[in-house]
Amino acid sequence: MRREPVLNTLILLALLAVPLAAQALDEPFLVTLATKAAILALAGVGLNLALGLGGMVSFGHAAFFGIGGYAMAVLAAPVQAYEPLMTWPMDLPGTKSMPAIWLAAMAAGALAALVIGALSLRTGGVYFIMITLAFAQMLYYFAVSWPAYGGEDGISIYVRNGFPGLDTLNPLQFFGLCLGVLLLALGAMHLIARSRFGLALDGARQNPDRVAALGLRPARLKLIAFVISGAVTALAGALFADLNRFVSPSMLHWQTSGEIMVFVILGGAGRLFGPVAGAAIFVLLEHLLGGVSEYWKLFLGLALLGIVLFARGGLIGALAGRAVAHD
Amino acid sequence: MAGGPAPPAPPETRPLSAMLLIEQALNGLQYGIMLFLMAAGLTLVFGVMGLINLAHGSLYMLGAFACAAVAAATGSFWLGLAASLAAAAAAGALIELSVIRRLYARDHLDQVLATFALILILSEGTRWLFGSFPLYLDIPAALSGPVRLPGGIDYPLYRLALIGFGLAVAAGLFLLIGRTRLGIRIRAGEADREMIAALGVDISRLYTLVFALGAALAGLAGALVGALQSVQVGMGEPVLILAFVVIVIGGIGSINGALVGALLVGMTDTLGRALLPVAFATVLPPAEAGSVGAALASMLIYIVMAGVLVMRPGGLFGRA
Repeated sequence: MRREPVLNTLILLALLAVPLAAQALDEPFLVTLATKAAILALAGVGLNLALGLGGMVSFGHAAFFGIGGYAMAVLAAPVQAYEPLMTWPMDLPGTKSMPAIWLAAMAAGALAALVIGALSLRTGGVYFIMITLAFAQMLYYFAVSWPAYGGEDGISIYVRNGFPGLDTLNPLQFFGLCLGVLLLALGAMHLIARSRFGLALDGARQNPDRVAALGLRPARLKLIAFVISGAVTALAGALFADLNRFVSPSMLHWQTSGEIMVFVILGGAGRLFGPVAGAAIFVLLEHLLGGVSEYWKLFLGLALLGIVLFARGGLIGALAGRAVAHD
Repeated sequence: MAGGPAPPAPPETRPLSAMLLIEQALNGLQYGIMLFLMAAGLTLVFGVMGLINLAHGSLYMLGAFACAAVAAATGSFWLGLAASLAAAAAAGALIELSVIRRLYARDHLDQVLATFALILILSEGTRWLFGSFPLYLDIPAALSGPVRLPGGIDYPLYRLALIGFGLAVAAGLFLLIGRTRLGIRIRAGEADREMIAALGVDISRLYTLVFALGAALAGLAGALVGALQSVQVGMGEPVLILAFVVIVIGGIGSINGALVGALLVGMTDTLGRALLPVAFATVLPPAEAGSVGAALASMLIYIVMAGVLVMRPGGLFGRA
């Protein structure tokens, strides 16, 4: 247990050092890679609250990731087309300001998580896995067949959105921004896990009957956690869309849900830094194996299978030993 | 998707007629029966072993590839069909023996991840072997062309044969489970696996057998549907997710539920795609009605699923 804070610090330092070194060596692509890792880690941090702490195995977090991405496109696309966002019931222009986009993305993600969560939490266990998957798939098909935002082709945003005081087109500054958001989210998760709410949620995962006997409502605790989780993953989606300056239904694809889940498990479910370690390794493997073979996902699959079968508890679990779920 | 009808040419321009309705209803029936072949294996495996198997869609894909490859090499669709059954069953048994049996005692999260890993391995492995380009599987000559139904409707003979063949397989499956010794063991395994192990049934052989049976059904569905659409990597997952919707609606572990759920999903999806754009055209301008109708139709089965869950969280035939 004492080793975990040290490990977390090392992970953080590595994530900070790689882009700085890359900048010094004039390798801007590596900065982009680190930015991608930070954003995907944020998506995992969102899922980790539902999955690790709340015990809700959501196989549909691509829904929130994609909703965040589309929220960015819906707000930014009118600006580049010189059109208003809406004229009814009131005149509203689009926006290229990241804070406004983030708020909208989180609100949209939270709302979607509220609806999906309220329906899915009527059941549990394996039903929950399948239903969250099915709802994400529903949004995927909707995005594919709805022509207004590019349908299957998606939509390009030509200029990255702005943040007051920063040049977001500078890779290092955009990385710093994403890392800052990731750290804020990690801090918030740390506080949530230690709060009364977090403790109650942890209890609801381990023994809902006892939590109910204490006068708390486990289903409501889980729904709140699911909503926060959806909002954080939607924020990651908005950042991811800004990184690529492109949104398409592939953000909503079931495989994205699987990958977000892989980040969390690879690093260690319920560990604060689990998703960070998992996403970093995933991006690294993708980059390294992708350079070796076109079929790198075959090796990813083999590695993942090995980890699930033989190294339970993920990377942080393997390196830092077993610990309480949220330390 | 599993032999779903090709999207009807600009839907808003097609008049709604009784003929079209019957044709679409038959398409829905055919789609539903193919979904049942997929869902039956999933629900059996879950009912008997308590395992959620995401790689079921990969077995569907393997069946289609085996059929396409053997049919291309020998020129016989029927040999291809036999090959799809054999290949999927063998792959299923192999996967069960090497990976799946380590997962029975694990929680659903580990099962999801391990079988997700299997999807990556099987999909990329297939891409490695066969390349990224889709293969094409021709409908056998004896079943090609349309057939005239009573009432003067021309309907593709192959689709009609799929309905008949699928119903026969479904009937066979119900007989197997309801009337044979193996079926008794499967049902006993669903009810109490410790007890039948204690009674001397070789439980691990039973598990391998059930898994291979489910795999063979998925491979068969893949081969049958493969002749209607192209055979390609990634064809299994959309069907897998629909099969999930089917067994969630029907109640996980219930074969009857899988049949009812599959027919409901097949009909709802097909008729929704055919009728919704037409229905919206009565209140909206044609172009808009087409896109609103198509978007809503693509979500319809999930809305049905949500409705079923609100009323019966354990599914229509669920025990919960």
